[in-house]
Amino acid sequence: MTHELQSILARHQFAPTQLLQVLREVQEHYSWIAPEALDYVADGLGLPRARVEGVAGFYSFLHSDAPCRYRLLFSDNITDRMLGNQELIAYLCNKLWVERGHISEDGLVSVDTTSCTGLCDQGPALLVNGWAIPRLTHERLDQITELILGKTPVEQWPRELFVIENNIHRADILLDNPMEPGDALRGVISRGGGLEAAANARSWREGIPAAEQGQLAILDEIKKSNLRGRGGAGFTTGLKWEACRNASGDHAKEQRYVVCNADEGEPGTFKDRVLLTTQADLLFEGMTVCAYAIGATRGFLYLRGEYRYLLEPLNETLARRRAARLLGRDILEHGGFDFDIEIHLGAGAYVCGEESALIESLEGKRGIPRNRPPYPVTHGYLQQPTTVNNVETFCAAALIAAGGDEWYRSVGTAKSAGSKVLSVSGDCARPGIYEYPFGVTVRQVLEDCGAENTLAVQISGPSGVCIAADEFDRRIAFEDLATAGAFMVFDASRDMFEVARNFAHFFAHESCGFCTPCRVGTAMLSTTMDKIANGHGTLYDLAEIEKLDRVLNQSAHCGLGHTACNPTLDTLKRFRPTYERRLKSQDFEPAFDLDGALAAARRMTGRDDAGAHLSTEEA
Amino acid sequence: MTETFQLDGEDVPFAPGQSVLQAALSAGRYIPHLCYHPEFKPHGSCKVCTVKANGRTAASCTLPAQAGLNVESETGEMNDLRRTLVQMLFAEGNHFCPSCEKSGNCTLQALGSDLGVMTAGFRHFYPDRPVDASHPDFLLDFNRCILCELCVRASCEVDNKCVFALSGRGLTKHLIVNAASGKLADTDVALTDKAVSVCPVGVILKKRVGFAVPIGQRRYDQRPISEQALDDAPRPSTASGACAACEGTS
Repeated sequence: MTHELQSILARHQFAPTQLLQVLREVQEHYSWIAPEALDYVADGLGLPRARVEGVAGFYSFLHSDAPCRYRLLFSDNITDRMLGNQELIAYLCNKLWVERGHISEDGLVSVDTTSCTGLCDQGPALLVNGWAIPRLTHERLDQITELILGKTPVEQWPRELFVIENNIHRADILLDNPMEPGDALRGVISRGGGLEAAANARSWREGIPAAEQGQLAILDEIKKSNLRGRGGAGFTTGLKWEACRNASGDHAKEQRYVVCNADEGEPGTFKDRVLLTTQADLLFEGMTVCAYAIGATRGFLYLRGEYRYLLEPLNETLARRRAARLLGRDILEHGGFDFDIEIHLGAGAYVCGEESALIESLEGKRGIPRNRPPYPVTHGYLQQPTTVNNVETFCAAALIAAGGDEWYRSVGTAKSAGSKVLSVSGDCARPGIYEYPFGVTVRQVLEDCGAENTLAVQISGPSGVCIAADEFDRRIAFEDLATAGAFMVFDASRDMFEVARNFAHFFAHESCGFCTPCRVGTAMLSTTMDKIANGHGTLYDLAEIEKLDRVLNQSAHCGLGHTACNPTLDTLKRFRPTYERRLKSQDFEPAFDLDGALAAARRMTGRDDAGAHLSTEEA
Repeated sequence: MTETFQLDGEDVPFAPGQSVLQAALSAGRYIPHLCYHPEFKPHGSCKVCTVKANGRTAASCTLPAQAGLNVESETGEMNDLRRTLVQMLFAEGNHFCPSCEKSGNCTLQALGSDLGVMTAGFRHFYPDRPVDASHPDFLLDFNRCILCELCVRASCEVDNKCVFALSGRGLTKHLIVNAASGKLADTDVALTDKAVSVCPVGVILKKRVGFAVPIGQRRYDQRPISEQALDDAPRPSTASGACAACEGTS
């Protein structure tokens, strides 16, 4: 065992910042992280054992409970549920003779659920030892059962099980771009040659050294393009880059970093998966443009663990770019332009999509959002200035570098330049990827994807907004419906209470637990939703939910807590009857079932007559 | 001339680098707080010290003091929030004050009492948290843990031992000790460690000293926490604010 562990550690140069990467590889190799492996890793990295155990315990794809040869995790987004994943889970558990959530007695297999795996357009989906399988059916599960019972290694499972479709139904300036690798970079570097008028004007006035002209010119262009972050928050990209470039003081002497946030965890979002599959060159080019603009030499792509299968293709793209002098030293023969990118994998933690938690995770720690200020642009990775952008943002930056800011601004609306890639799933004929110029109406998207009898659309996932039919003329744009890309459609047959309940469980499962209000509040929200679902809810519970929302908004440490009650409140506002018909009474109703609590006593005494029951009904 | 910010309508001076809570306490002004300890770098997890600054809520222990900031703390709204947060902590763990050795010396209990917490207000979670009595000198009663990380910070930053750490996440987040067995007896914790003296609640208890001071004569039986907190106002710190061992830089 130690030989393999030693080679994993060596591959990561025994660097403590690689802790998560090391643990992930140990998990992948042994399908669990044994206590001795924790000891060995702690020793090898020179870290306290408790710190290593703390990291292993944080990420849901790292298991230190017991060995298990096949770990099956069903994606449990509402879209998977709508496609029947609950029945499929029961079917598979039955076939494999395992109890959901428990490892089988022989250590062979376990079946459990995980948060959305980003395959909503081809669900229900699952992960087997981290590898994604879409489009589950009874037939596929029969096949999987045989493979498991036959103890076939996952590497030898039929390839067709793992085929992931792109399902691009509408492409625009991004998905349809005609660019070749290096186009954007050549455009950027040529701006430094003194030919670019803007750069010349600035350097003449401000006395900027020639070497910086190109950098300032592209920075200027990104700013003028009005590009805003595509990850949901919508911060102006040019200002972020500029702040990072200008970050100064004792901490700025070492190094600057470019980080791509590919931890696409928002349920219902999968557009980054498709961009990583079809536009990897454009993405890396955008990161390189950023590195050039801010003066960074190192970059990271933080890839969510669910997209493990993309690691090798992405590494191949990086290798190809190095060979073509588009990465590495003296990029495109441009002296001193050095930049390279390494890929870090996540391990099942939605909160790592928050940029400061992502940086903690990159440093090999538990993914806890940091206190801000200071912000990553001044104190990011290893406390150095760091620019963190979404996959789609970097792709857009590359488009701007090649096509210019004027062209880019001509697409979209006055306040939202460019295009937006939407991940459409749920009740529609053609789920998949749709790219539109900003400003498209919800109604248009619904029409294009073949949605009928639509009751509601969840825009931007659980942390976004839920809108009803009277709002379908609203537009996808920063000035109206800002979105990270999720577009989940629910038709009139759906129960929006169940949608909200699924999201409440999602937030409770993904809360990092750092702050009191989120750790306890999200758990309270999900138990309250369960209480209502079980028919024990009252008006008091609805008031409690509003109180929890207030507390979370006032005091939660990060956006996860701030938005945790949104789906519940949105649906409560728009679909209140679905809640009210579940309420047992409009008045107080104890959640505690007194008669039910006496069941154990009845069993022990062997009595079940009327006298052994509390009379709950008035005669 | 020192700069000031406004706290509930009165000027509070501050030194560069101080947080709102630190500056307030230095100036003799109390803001309710729980996971903050004057000898450690604030990390802002309990959120009890939340205030409204220029109209936006923020944890005052990590909010940098700024000239001209308008901070509201002693308001019904903020105290309602604090009350709820304290109630959440009571509901999350298993807190049985009457039988707890820490009763009367417990920060959570004292805060609750000061804020007028009469009940947990929420359904109790009744978590299953086994006690660790393995060590000859200490008892670890995780039932009362509020995850403030003071022992974690003290053990790392002052004792340089990293005896304590956190694992799990969300509601399953929990305190662990630095031993393969998971038992305190197998760590190098010692009676002289800072970590064993900072627990604000009754998790880390010294064995054989139970109820040496009768309930009724204990610290917060004498005066409420709001009056005593200022006795603890910022004092010289030996904590580094970072753990070299955990960072892998030692």
